[in-house]
Amino acid sequence: MSGVRVLVGTKKGAFVLTSDGKRKQWEVSGPHFGGWEMYHLKGSPVDPDRLYASQSTGWHGQLIQRSNDGGKTWEPVGNKFAYDGVPGTHQWYDGTPHPWEFKRVWHLEPSLTDPDTVYAGVEDAALFRSIDGGQNWQELSGLRGHGSGPRWQPGAGGMCLHTIILDPSDPQRIFIAISAAGAFRTDDGGKTWKPINQGLHSQYIPDPTAEVGHCVHHIAMHPSRPGVLFMQKHWDVMRSDNAGDSWQEISGNLPTDFGFAIDIHAHEPETLYVVPIKSDSEHYPPDGKLRVYRSRTGGNEWEALTKGLPQRDCYVNVLRDAMAVDSLDKCGIYFGTTGGQVYASADAGDNWSPIVRDLPAVLSVEVQTLP
Amino acid sequence: MPRNVVRVILPPHLRTLAKVGSEVALEVENRATQRSVLDALEARYPMLRGTIRDQVTQERRPFLRFFACEEDLSHQPPDAPLPDTVVSGAEPLIILGAIAGG
Repeated sequence: MSGVRVLVGTKKGAFVLTSDGKRKQWEVSGPHFGGWEMYHLKGSPVDPDRLYASQSTGWHGQLIQRSNDGGKTWEPVGNKFAYDGVPGTHQWYDGTPHPWEFKRVWHLEPSLTDPDTVYAGVEDAALFRSIDGGQNWQELSGLRGHGSGPRWQPGAGGMCLHTIILDPSDPQRIFIAISAAGAFRTDDGGKTWKPINQGLHSQYIPDPTAEVGHCVHHIAMHPSRPGVLFMQKHWDVMRSDNAGDSWQEISGNLPTDFGFAIDIHAHEPETLYVVPIKSDSEHYPPDGKLRVYRSRTGGNEWEALTKGLPQRDCYVNVLRDAMAVDSLDKCGIYFGTTGGQVYASADAGDNWSPIVRDLPAVLSVEVQTLP
Repeated sequence: MPRNVVRVILPPHLRTLAKVGSEVALEVENRATQRSVLDALEARYPMLRGTIRDQVTQERRPFLRFFACEEDLSHQPPDAPLPDTVVSGAEPLIILGAIAGG
């Protein structure tokens, strides 16, 4: 019988949650790497037992861990992230030039075709790739070398490259997003990049429609329609039907269009999920009610999903990489909170229940659907 | 070529990572320095590369300190000789994580 494996990164370790296809009974394994910040874990689409994990602390810096048995055992692999050439400068918070400095890996994106190839999105923003299972990392420096690099500026969480989307229909095409530079796309395997921020409108930058400088929080793509992208921006939920060349707002009737996470139903590419957060200065749900919002129309028309979620006195946040879906039927939706809960819905969001309630603050959630 | 056995005390996260106890003994050629001890440590335990000093700049990570003989050696040059009692193994070189978090 098929099953699911949920990979949870937290502020103080990683946890692996497993269940059969019913998704009622769960086994919890962890903490793995107790005491370390686990920004992200993700499995290879072609070898589900091959996992990669980003492990860091302020004391000891960055490590990358690899598992070949679905998270039962791990081995540290390469952790040397050296920028290509002289890194140059980006803008600091006060607008002054600041040298590029490696801080941590925010996101790991395994290749769609090769378990030994994996991409890493790092802070200060850059994209790295390993083709030997994480032992060695090379920067795809065409991105950082884009002419706009000196104008990039960190968001409140740092100048992080947090989103990497590989196009299943075109191995040369990759989408990435950086806070707070915006979204970029390569069509030549990472040699050259173009900003894809036309249509974004951000009041917090001097030119609200500038080529770069937008605080993109996350982007989602359904594998069956790689030209259609959905974005949760700092404020605004957006949609592109031309691979990011232009964007339209689809916030519609959301109670607030601020938020971090966004994802898409595994079998319905027009069904979206977001978790509205009150504001950029109040990182919790409006009215103390934790509500996932679902649109079955590709945006603009949203319904609140509340069954099983706390509807009073709830002031947690859901971070950008902390929502994921499985590919079972019905589609499972999962998200983790800064309060340490991981919620699951086995019916596309109609009903929710917590898998765990008391983990450290959840930084990321990924799901593997197992044969 | 003279060889010394230097004792190094690791912070808890690195003991777990390297799968060792609190203290490791390292054979170091010639006169032991911070650099030669860390080189020997990383050669024996490659998973520690980058966790004590930056892999690119080779600078000590800012939230770590090197103590020995009740002195803070953190700001001494990496090629400065370690104290005789550390070289002889009578005293350990302590790698310590800064107290943080409240």
